[in-house]
Amino acid sequence: MVSDPRSRGVIWLGSPAFPEAARTALADEQLRANLKRATGTIRDKRLAVAAELDDWEELRDSAAAIKKRVSRHLDHYLLALEASVTAAGGTVHWASDAAEANRIVTELVRATGESEVVKVKSMATQEIGLNEHLAEVGITAYETDLAELIVQLGDDRPSHILVPAIHKNRTEVRDLFVAEMGHWGQPAPEDLSDDPRELAEAARLHLREKFLTAKVAVSGANFAVADTGTVMVVESEGNGRMCLTLPETLITVMGIEKVIPTWQDLEVFLQLLPRSSTGERMNPYTSTWTGTTEGDGPRDFHLVLLDNGRTDTLADETGRQALACIRCSACLNVCPVFERTGGHAYGSVYPGPIGAVLTPQLVGVENAASLPFASTLCGACYDACPVKINIPEVLTHLRVKAVEGKGRASAEALAMKAAATVLDSPRLLAAAQRAAALGGKVLAREGRIGRLPGPLSGWSDTRDTPAPPAESFRTWWRKNRKEERP
Amino acid sequence: MRVALFITCFNDTLFPGSGRAVVSVLERLGHTVDFPTEQTCCGQMHFNTGYRRDAAPLVTRFARTFAEYDAVVTPSASCAGMVRENHPLLAEQYGDTALQRQVDELMPRVHEFTEFLTDVLGVTDVGAHFPRRVAYHPTCHSLRGLRLGDRPQRLLSAVDGLELVDLPSADSCCGFGGTFAVKNADTSNVMLADKTAAVRASGAEVLCAADNSCLLHIGGGLSRQGDRVRSMHLAEILASTEGEPW
Repeated sequence: MVSDPRSRGVIWLGSPAFPEAARTALADEQLRANLKRATGTIRDKRLAVAAELDDWEELRDSAAAIKKRVSRHLDHYLLALEASVTAAGGTVHWASDAAEANRIVTELVRATGESEVVKVKSMATQEIGLNEHLAEVGITAYETDLAELIVQLGDDRPSHILVPAIHKNRTEVRDLFVAEMGHWGQPAPEDLSDDPRELAEAARLHLREKFLTAKVAVSGANFAVADTGTVMVVESEGNGRMCLTLPETLITVMGIEKVIPTWQDLEVFLQLLPRSSTGERMNPYTSTWTGTTEGDGPRDFHLVLLDNGRTDTLADETGRQALACIRCSACLNVCPVFERTGGHAYGSVYPGPIGAVLTPQLVGVENAASLPFASTLCGACYDACPVKINIPEVLTHLRVKAVEGKGRASAEALAMKAAATVLDSPRLLAAAQRAAALGGKVLAREGRIGRLPGPLSGWSDTRDTPAPPAESFRTWWRKNRKEERP
Repeated sequence: MRVALFITCFNDTLFPGSGRAVVSVLERLGHTVDFPTEQTCCGQMHFNTGYRRDAAPLVTRFARTFAEYDAVVTPSASCAGMVRENHPLLAEQYGDTALQRQVDELMPRVHEFTEFLTDVLGVTDVGAHFPRRVAYHPTCHSLRGLRLGDRPQRLLSAVDGLELVDLPSADSCCGFGGTFAVKNADTSNVMLADKTAAVRASGAEVLCAADNSCLLHIGGGLSRQGDRVRSMHLAEILASTEGEPW
């Protein structure tokens, strides 16, 4: 079944193109300072713990190789996963897009007779807009990850994969807790301060009530092992563990690319993921479950396998490497663009460099055409990626598609075509250089050009440009060197 | 050894001095440099902006122009990176097997200027004299593309009279990114402001790099901000001598 890419969720409808969306964050100096501090801290921690492993590069190669194998044989591993999950007492559902996944989850929740679910932090359910969909049909979803709770209470959007409330400072969080927690359940104490310990305690009390009453939980998955049917969630707070063990029904929504062949492959990923993500050797809580177990944990387990544009992505030989992503967010933390703009500018649940290559592929490049250009191609993301996704390579690849979408007659395409003609001819290039030197003479004051017109004004607003010299290198060479040589 | 200079269209037009500096250093070291005039551009702007097809003829031209040389030297890390990384890709996508073979054979002979000096010629002291406080900005293509490592610093440290000072957050992108500086001008400006602040904090009198494109951006910002730090290509520092200061 082919679905309309725009109906796949992923992007926030109505979001402006990246350059415009970035303006808000760029103008907010406090936000930029917060982002710089937060990403800088985690960046240093990651480098320190990665340096502890002398086989770090080999681990990255292994992870890339495993993910490459999975993408090449995805059909095989998914069927194997379905068989092993079913054999272990779980039920597997297949969802081709967001709408189908939401429908499946809704029916499963309704079958339990419940109207509330607790949620483990999950990118896949955000991608499909599950909470909003459930709300429309009268089911309340409670986010239990602390940062996701902050986002939910603020009716806000996540701005980072790992720390979705990175754009909020603790005073803003305190105000939000005091104003909003009471509407969702246990209220925050009125004299709550912005001390992180007090904030955590207020969240703990608020969430404990949910954990003890919830009958249904919804989660995502970091990994699912094809040959054993084991599903894994990696987290820091233990709130995920509560959701995964206390309720009677567990529904996991997982992108199809999260399957890995064998249990042993986890050896590679569990060394890479915590180090790349939080900069820790190991994360505090790693929960694994295999189907259902009598008298232990949920009685019913449902695994919803989500496509939502992934098969389309898989069809692109260069672009498919984006499916190797393990959502560690190392690329966000090292990205000089993300550090300045924050996550909201990307207009998607997947921000930062990985978002710039994943979002356009999931929804179609024409629906997110500014994202592949939201990068200087500095390469910091590629160096940091634990599964070696060559993000700059995918970016330039997607730029070709974005340009093709605009047509060969756009002003930019025509200018590029003209430039290509000049640049493929030493004679025309020399003529252009003479013209530039003349033009520079007209425009320049004391050898420097100030303001430039049209689309170049963004450049010349903050930079002087040296006037092109009277003599190009090739002219100098002709005059000074060429005649000396036979 | 037949050495050819690949000046790059950008330097040819805007920074001919950097090309003259490369020629000057190599001649001082006893080499003859040729400048095949059929050369033009590596196609980086087209490739990085999404116009790969327009870049394809430039790959053919580059391979043809430089086929006969033992070494092709260029004072641009990003153009060297473009040629070595992406010309094989473009040859595969748009060319025939003859072009692919020609490109593959040529690639190992294409060198960025500091690579050529340190790795091919085995030189770190080029006999330069430059009595200034200098900061080196490792451009992204130098650092993460070509992995130049400390080659530029080794060359600079050997320059007589030169004091190499640390540039804070040196490995952070300056925000140029080719057409990024135009398409995402606001983000680029903020990144530029952080970089010029770092240059000021370094106390340098001169900022150098292995690429004039980033220097155009950073230097343009410094100039607009009324700062007197001079930006110049590393080759010009290496060309400078006591008798003939650059």
